[in-house]
This record gives sequence, C-alpha cells and structure tokens, in this order.
Amino acid sequence: MTGSLQAAEEEAPAAPDTSGTRAATITDRIFRNPVLGPLGALIVLIIAFSILTQNFLSVDNTSLILQQSVVVGTLALGQTIIILTGGIDLANGAIMVLASLVIAKLAAGGVGQQWPAMFVGLLLCALLGAISGLLVSRLGLPPFIVTLGLLTILQATSRLYTKQTLLVDEGPLTFLSKGGYLFGQFQITIGVVVVLLSVAVLHFSLTRTSWGRHVYAVGNNDLAAKRTGINVRRVLLSVYVLAGLLYALAALQAFGRSPATSPNAFPTANLDTITAVVIGGTSLFGGRGTVLGSYLGALIVLVLQSGLTQAGIDPLYQNIVTGVLVIAAVALDAITRRKAR
Amino acid sequence: MSETVLEARNIVKRYGHVTAVNGADFDLRAGEVLAVIGDNGAGKSSLIKVLSGDVIADSGEVLLDGKPVHFRSPHDAQQAGIETVYQDLAMAPALDIATNLFLGREIKRKGPLGSVLRMIDTKEMRKQSRQQMDELGITTLQSITQPVDSLSGGQRQTVAVARAAAFGRKVVIMDEPTAALGVRESKGVLDLIKRITGRGIPVVLISHDIPAVFEVADRIHIHRLGRRATVVRPQDHTMNEVVGIMTGALPAPPVKDEVAS
Repeated sequence: MTGSLQAAEEEAPAAPDTSGTRAATITDRIFRNPVLGPLGALIVLIIAFSILTQNFLSVDNTSLILQQSVVVGTLALGQTIIILTGGIDLANGAIMVLASLVIAKLAAGGVGQQWPAMFVGLLLCALLGAISGLLVSRLGLPPFIVTLGLLTILQATSRLYTKQTLLVDEGPLTFLSKGGYLFGQFQITIGVVVVLLSVAVLHFSLTRTSWGRHVYAVGNNDLAAKRTGINVRRVLLSVYVLAGLLYALAALQAFGRSPATSPNAFPTANLDTITAVVIGGTSLFGGRGTVLGSYLGALIVLVLQSGLTQAGIDPLYQNIVTGVLVIAAVALDAITRRKAR
Repeated sequence: MSETVLEARNIVKRYGHVTAVNGADFDLRAGEVLAVIGDNGAGKSSLIKVLSGDVIADSGEVLLDGKPVHFRSPHDAQQAGIETVYQDLAMAPALDIATNLFLGREIKRKGPLGSVLRMIDTKEMRKQSRQQMDELGITTLQSITQPVDSLSGGQRQTVAVARAAAFGRKVVIMDEPTAALGVRESKGVLDLIKRITGRGIPVVLISHDIPAVFEVADRIHIHRLGRRATVVRPQDHTMNEVVGIMTGALPAPPVKDEVAS
C-alpha cells in the first residue's frame, strides 16, 4: 500500500491510448509467465550435466530423480500456498514425520489396519494445519513464530511417541511405490504420477478458481482483500488445512519411497521446501508465485545434487551452489518487485 | 425536493476516551455529488467508515432508502449497494486489472465447471471489464490484463473508481480520491465522478481539495468537532467562507430550507 502511494506520486501516464483497452500480446504473456525462469534454469542444468557427465541423462538416473522428488515436491506444494498468503511453514516436515509415526504404529497390527491408520494420519495433519491456521487467522500471530513453536513441540512429541525406527508392511500404505515401465525401460512409480497430478490440480485451483484468486489477493494486500468482501480468515484457514492434507500425502509418498520411518527422518524438510519454493520463483512476501515453479525448484535442487555427484565434485559444493541459487532467486524477486513499483 | 437515498441520524463513535463522531447527521440525495469536508480530526473519516460498514457506530441510526440498516462489515454495505473507494486504494498489485475489478465477486463458469469446480470465467470478466471502462470513457488503460503494479497512481485510482461504479447500485463513496494525484489525473477522476452521477448514482466525495469540491459538488457537508456544522451549496458561498466555517473562523450558517433534506 505504501507502494501504491509512492507510485501515485510518479508522473502522469503517457498520452491516452485512444485505441482503448486491448488484449495482451503473446510476447507479453510469455514474458510475464513466472514459470519461465525456473524452467529455463532446469533445462540449462540438464543440458550442462548431460554434456559434462556420462550417465546424467540415462534412463535410470532421470527416473531416479523423479522418484526422489515426490516427498519434498509434495511438501513444497503446501509450503507454496502458505507462502503465497504471505506466511511461512517451518513445521511441515515435523507434521509429516509425526503423522508417519502415528500411521506406522496404528498399522502395526496388520495390513487390514492400514486404511484406518491412513485416515487417522490424514485427520491429524488436517488438525495440525487447522491449529496453525486458526492461530494465524484469528489471533493474527506471525506464521513464522506459530510454526516455529509447532516445529519444536512436534519434534519433541515424535520422540516421546517413539524412539525407534518403525516399519510398515506392504499394503495400501506402500501403494505409491508400485510402478511400471514406460517406453521400454523408463521406470515410473505411482508416487511420481500422484505428485505430478497434485501439482496439476493445485495449479488449476490457484489459477482458475475464485479460491485461487483470493489466496493471491490475501497475500498481496490482505486489507484490500478484506475490503473487497473476501473472507480473509476463511481463506487463510483453508490454506493451512489444505497444506496439512498435502503433508499427509507427503507421508504416504515417504512410505512409497521407504517403508521405514523414524523421529529423525527428514530433519531439514522445512528448509528444503523453502529452498524449492524460492528457486521456483515464488516471492517470500506473498502474492506472487506458482506451485509449478516450486516443483521445478525441487527438481532443480535434485538435478544439481545428482549432476555434481556424477561429475565427481565434493558433495559440500552442492550445498554451496544451492545456497547461491536461493540468494540469486530472492535477489531476482526483489529486483522485479522494485521495478514493478 | 429530491428524495434522500442515504441518511444518518445522531451517529456517535468513540475510540477509547476519544469521541471521534459526536451526534453527527448526514444525508445524501438521489443523483447528487455531496462533498464532505472538515479539518483533520473533525471525524469525517469515522462518519464515512460507519456509512461504508468499515466501523460500527456506538449509537445512532443509518437509513438506506428510508429503511434502517446495520452494517457489520464492508461486505454488508456492498451487499446493500454501497461501494467505497478507499484513500489507500484496495488493490492486489500483482493481479491484473480485470481480476482486481471483480475481486471477491468473480464470475463463475456456467454449469458444473462453475458450481462444482468453482471455475472462474476469465474471458467474461475481461469482456465486462472492457465494457465498464468504455462506458466510463476510460482510455488511459492499455490492457485489461496488465497487472495493477504496472500502473501509475492515476490509473490505479481509475481502476478503483471503475470498480465502485460497476458495483455501486445505490451509493458510491470516495475517500480523498485525488489526494495523491497530479492536476491532470485529478481532473480525470472528477470527470469520472460526473459520469457516475450521470448514471443516477449519488456520490459522496470526501476531500481536502476545495477547488475540486467547488467544481463537482452539488452540496457541501461541512464537518466540525465531530458533527455536521452545516450543509451549503457552492454557489451560495466563496471558497474562503467555506474554509472559514470549516475551521471555525466563521460561524456556521443555519441550513437553508432548499438545501436541507
């Protein structure tokens, strides 16, 4: 809002365009497309590593990268919608881990208990999402602090709940690990299909429904959203609950990758998802970004790790490169925001 | 004497120990531009916020078309047909003009796509946005799909006014619409105000810009010390007299019969 006042003091607009309003040209649409940046970066990395290493573009490696993307990719979707409203979620990994532990323990009695266990896990995640959502929307608490507190509480709760590594039997819980082969030998799991579907459905909801417009509006300018009659509290609550449900899905994706879970699993999931979201071009200030970009951001991190490993470079350099990418992405966001003002 | 559209009687609004509005009256007639002026802290903003549903009065009553109304939120007032253009605007800068115009009132796709999937009809909203801009004679906007943060202050104000004009079925309230604008842009907004009243919708204009008030207002509501000091017609007084009444340097003349509602 200060921005609008600043802009208001600028010069009057150029001479009136007597042709009236016109539709956006194709070039406008391409250059405004926020997915272009991360997609370009991903393609450049893939080309570079294909030239630099022998195996990078092999069928095995590409399908492995896709399979590695399912957990952080799904968590990053929840993180994205929360960041779009101007928030942040530090507790996403902790919510997913606690849910996976609860599910594993409840399902220990036999395969027949896997469905009810899954349902309880889903409810738990929705409930935890609702708690953060209510604290943020009703009491107006800063999401950073709310989810930091929740992270601390949940990590301790998980360790009090069990200190062991729990295993789930093969059954509905490991359904997402099933898969088949495409084009002869390209291995593809149901988990990969589900993560791609999740991205598509959420992308559709954010860009084509009134709920999606309201999410962006709340992140852009919540006072304006309220004044136009949008129920800001309800939008915020819906976003945190939906994010919770996505974390439950991420727990299932994790079982699809490995039947084992422990309180020490995914210790850096929160930061990994923020990294993916930022590299994917979503603004940490809220109101700008896409879930598609966040998934591409998750892929970019994995491609970097895989490519640098295969190029025989010390794994610590992967972290340095990822860190540089994060800062570069935020800098790009800050510069475009300043230009827009 | 034309009929009264929006009326307020004996409004009181306190913030803690501060009484911002102290028994204020207000009336707005069909088709007119009513300017509301007053010194800083005179309570005009609080009075207007009561009318637009932004704050709830401690006592007093508001009548719309003669019937009592109780607004609990801006949404209530909007439902009743009262639209407000806020001083600090109410835009989502990253979203485009058409989206901002329909924010909170998106047009849904027909059939199950709209009712079940809640899909919005982007094409229709863009079409209606263009129509609205054309009807109001707005030619300064290049494209309806431009994000609002690529617009100048005057263009943003134009979009905000167009939104109010599109949905204000009964009353359009504008809080300092020209405060942040240059001379030429201000003139554009004043022209828009005339076009809105040309459609038969009365406009409440809160402004410090006395020359602008004298240019467009049919009547001037002068607010002082938390209440309406008087209502005058611009043709009966000079700008200096009006400013004198506003600041208390001159006594407020009694409201003349033909000016009163």
